[in-house]
Amino acid sequence: MKVLVPVKRVIDYNVKVRVKADGSGVDLANVKMSMNPFDEIAVEEAIRLKEKGVATEIVAVSIGVKQATETLRTALAMGADRAILVEASEDVHADIEPLAVAKILKAIVEEEEPGLVICGKQAIDNDMNATGQMLAALLGWSQATFASEVAVEGENAVVTREVDGGLQTIKVKLPAIVTADLRLNEPRYASLPNIMKAKKKPLDAKSPADYGVDVSPRLEVVKTSEPAERKAGVMVGSVDELVAKLKDEAGVL
Amino acid sequence: MTVLLLAEVNKGELAVDATAKAVTAAAQLGEVTALCAGAHAAAAGEAAAKLDGVSKVLVAEDPSLDHRLAEATAALIVSLADGYDHIVAPATTDAKNVMPRVAALLDVMVISDVSGIVDADTFERPIYAGNAVQTVKSKDAKKVLTIRTSTFDAAGDGGSAPVETVAAPDGPALAEWVEDKVAASDRPELTSAGVVVSGGRGVGSEEDFKLIEALADKLGAAVGASRAAVDSGYAPNDWQVGQTGKVVAPELYIAIGISGAIQHLAGMKDSKVIVAINKDEDAPIFQVADYGLVADLFQAVPELTEKV
Ligand SMILES: Cc1cc2nc3c(=O)[nH]c(=O)nc-3n(C[C@H](O)[C@H](O)[C@H](O)COP(=O)(O)OP(=O)(O)OC[C@H]3O[C@@H](n4cnc5c(N)ncnc54)[C@H](O)[C@@H]3O)c2cc1C
Ligand SMILES: Nc1ncnc2c1ncn2[C@@H]1O[C@H](COP(=O)(O)O)[C@@H](O)[C@H]1O
Repeated sequence: MKVLVPVKRVIDYNVKVRVKADGSGVDLANVKMSMNPFDEIAVEEAIRLKEKGVATEIVAVSIGVKQATETLRTALAMGADRAILVEASEDVHADIEPLAVAKILKAIVEEEEPGLVICGKQAIDNDMNATGQMLAALLGWSQATFASEVAVEGENAVVTREVDGGLQTIKVKLPAIVTADLRLNEPRYASLPNIMKAKKKPLDAKSPADYGVDVSPRLEVVKTSEPAERKAGVMVGSVDELVAKLKDEAGVL
Repeated sequence: MTVLLLAEVNKGELAVDATAKAVTAAAQLGEVTALCAGAHAAAAGEAAAKLDGVSKVLVAEDPSLDHRLAEATAALIVSLADGYDHIVAPATTDAKNVMPRVAALLDVMVISDVSGIVDADTFERPIYAGNAVQTVKSKDAKKVLTIRTSTFDAAGDGGSAPVETVAAPDGPALAEWVEDKVAASDRPELTSAGVVVSGGRGVGSEEDFKLIEALADKLGAAVGASRAAVDSGYAPNDWQVGQTGKVVAPELYIAIGISGAIQHLAGMKDSKVIVAINKDEDAPIFQVADYGLVADLFQAVPELTEKV
């Protein structure tokens, strides 16, 4: 079974995000970019399925700017076999919306015919949490989102999901879409020899036009602003002082 | 303008707080029809009919809608979508699972985690773990939104909307429910609690997390946790507060042994009063805390539990 893993290039989760003064967006020039953390987990899960003999080939896909090649090389260095870059923009500040990403992924799925697509649950830049669900809809496939455990059993995948009330286990018919949550696994680091080997693995470059998809956004970004600032309050010296403040000053006890 | 609102229904019961907060947001957009779906949803429908701002309730009961599996629930919503300008739900894990699927089936973008409504087409939402707020204007014919409930007040009750039943469309059964692992608790629900006490990696073990729970119980509070505490097995996953966990905005949030990573702040920085207890005076959590106490939690928390 082939496994497809969409990986997104995003601002590194450790970088302090700065909103541009003119309200036009977030400053992404010269900041550290990395693979979306949830996608590292998705790649790791695909590799584990391959190590178990369930997956036969892992194809990583990224849609975005040319620099997403680096993200794909990381996936290849972790253990993906092949990569597809869909260059959809030249502007590092442009974000391709989940609906357009899902449409491109649908076309790739129809070509590649994977048995499973493992997405991340959420991109940490736009915080949309949508692409996997949208792809499942477009394909008419089942979806198992927010996965913390995945077991492929014959024609089905049994997936434990992190939900508001705790955990839910469902069984979905393959082919299906899974989206990876934080506790699915701990992704491995790519070793230096594997990083070197990854440079020789195949990477196809495509464009949205190759798949007949229009990536123009449906949501016009009117402005991007700083969130309401929260000021630091006071330090208290003891538990007694804290209790007194909460009672008398804040009135919350 | 007309709005179809997917009410939050759990095992046949209406999750009143989440639904009522989404009603407040939806009512700013137009006339609200609330949809209660599930294997059993009639009782939830009656409860939804009482919410102020709901002008009609649709009840869809069908075995295929049990546990609100995304495939059947999305198909139901799409079958009802004609005649509504907006399709809205509170941003629970159930709705985050279903609504993007609905949007894609309608060939429109989903707008997740809406924290402000500017007008019928224009919405505010946090991005980058709440480090920025984006205002977006939708060009789509229908708008599919999930609502960040922590930023809207709950609608009151006193309404008496008419209730109709609707049928679920037939479709292939693509998914099957196997089991739920849900811990029963007498504590208030995390996203609606007035007080939340959260513990982080500093608590050090599942056993010592009882210190956090004891303080919470003394205060009648819900218990939260950082990702590190959940990953380390000190607390269950549904206690995680943050960018990728639950978003809370209680009257009082007490962060204990939590450093204050941006991903954690994303889930609690709209709390009214924030207290931080941490032994490291440079912990970033103190930059958002109204009251900070530099102390060893193993001394301070039992003392606080005794004195409140
Ligand atoms: C994609 C992604 C998503 C994430 N989503 C979330 C999320 O939703 N929620 C979330 O919380 N995190 C999330 N994180 C993780 C986040 O980046 C931090 O790693 C995490 O919040 C740290 O948890 P912590 O503060 O408990 O642990 P630490 O950062 O290790 O802090 C522990 C604190 O405890 C203090 N301490 C230790 N011992 C004591 C003592 N005896 N008394 C008092 N204080 C003590 C220390 O001084 C320290 O400040 C996410 C990360 C990523 C990459
Ligand atoms: N531009 C992209 N390229 C590749 N994968 C993507 C892209 N955008 C989203 N994804 C995938 O979809 C997941 C969810 O993203 P989102 O819906 O944007 O929160 C990510 O974790 C990726 O697996």
